[in-house]
Amino acid sequence: MKARILITMLTAAVVFFAGYAALFIAPDERTMHEIQRIFYFHLGCWTAMFTALTIAFVANIGWLVEHKPHWDWLSVSSVEVGVVCCTGGLITGILWGKPAWGIWWTWDARLTTCFVLWLLYISYLILRGLIEEPGRRATLSSVFGIFAFLDAPLVYVSNRLWRTQHPAPVLFGGPNSGLDPIMVKVLMISMAAMVAVMVIVLAERYRLERLRHEVDELRMVCQARAALSGDPAPSPASRN
Amino acid sequence: MRTARAAAIVLAKELRLEFRTRELLNATIVFALVVVVLFSFSFEPTSAESRRLGPGLLWVAFLFSGSLMLHPSLGREQVNQTLDALRMAPISSFAIVLGKTLANFLFLCAAEAVLVPVFAVLYNVSLVGVWGRLTLVIVLGTVGLSVTGTVFSAIAAHARMRELLLPLLLLPILTPLLIAAVEATGSLFAVQATLERTWLAFLAGFDIVFLTASWLLSDFLLEE
Repeated sequence: MKARILITMLTAAVVFFAGYAALFIAPDERTMHEIQRIFYFHLGCWTAMFTALTIAFVANIGWLVEHKPHWDWLSVSSVEVGVVCCTGGLITGILWGKPAWGIWWTWDARLTTCFVLWLLYISYLILRGLIEEPGRRATLSSVFGIFAFLDAPLVYVSNRLWRTQHPAPVLFGGPNSGLDPIMVKVLMISMAAMVAVMVIVLAERYRLERLRHEVDELRMVCQARAALSGDPAPSPASRN
Repeated sequence: MRTARAAAIVLAKELRLEFRTRELLNATIVFALVVVVLFSFSFEPTSAESRRLGPGLLWVAFLFSGSLMLHPSLGREQVNQTLDALRMAPISSFAIVLGKTLANFLFLCAAEAVLVPVFAVLYNVSLVGVWGRLTLVIVLGTVGLSVTGTVFSAIAAHARMRELLLPLLLLPILTPLLIAAVEATGSLFAVQATLERTWLAFLAGFDIVFLTASWLLSDFLLEE
């Protein structure tokens, strides 16, 4: 409990510092000026999303290999958190696109990929809601999760071959691409901050899922006991 | 080899079942025709416009009819619990998935074989000289559609609202396939018909990735 509060406080401090650094320390961008400062949060959202969805992919495989419930808790938690980060990334991207490109949206490779990913993982969550039995839900949603993750690079490549407007990678993109060294530092801090927030939310969501599982088990034990002693079972209305 | 034989038997069973009634095939063809006809009201179907918009129209019609017709593939095994009987057979799960995928592939090809000439006539698109290459593109695209569609039909079969769920799961996954197939078909419909190798390779890559995934994951798809 104490460690959780401490880590949350620490992350809050990093987030606060990242916000300050992005707004006041990072140098002004030559063409976009102040607008460009959204970049630090935009890229942070995407880093957090890719981390979360990679965790989900590993958890999907983990469930299929081991069939231990903690993999299932991990995959649903990380997909939910990943979808939230994806929404954040899309919204900051749209807000940035209007002043920078003059349009809210364009069907370019990266934008389309992320939008399709968003749709796929929302379908994943809908799918989970529509399968009753926990074991089957975990298995089938894991299969779908793996397919969705495999699809992401294909969506990207197909769009890349087709049309693209998003700027080429600015980090590690060749000799003439690159950011001011201070910008890179600020960017690293804000990416770390967003990933830390993602991890904390993920950990909390995971805990919630575990508690839910425990409650379900306790309820089943109670019902079994009531059935054995001949008492009427608790009514279904008491669920949730 | 055993898997191939078992898959052939499952395929024969699927074909026999379908050709007793032909209800799935008939409904799919008519549905695809309805989509094609409705599209003619959304733009002026002159020859130039059709060349530009036709490939997208054709593939959207294929994808929609695929996502509807693939549902009964495993859905109808649920009615009399015949899936349990299939599962009890001493064959690998991949044989069942493969047999059903092949059956769906053949049904979709049959529907497309009717749809493409009708489309060419209604929209004034000349297919002379591009038949062979167009068939290649359609076959590669249809393989991808039936592989992913059969797997997702098995996923959706266990869920509530499965008729609605299958298109929801399937259509976003098919985005790359749609782009590649539309681009390849578009280059064939152009005045100077050419076929870009890139898109063919991409379609083949899509098929290989998901066929491998369905092979690796088929045990989990059908597990009790």
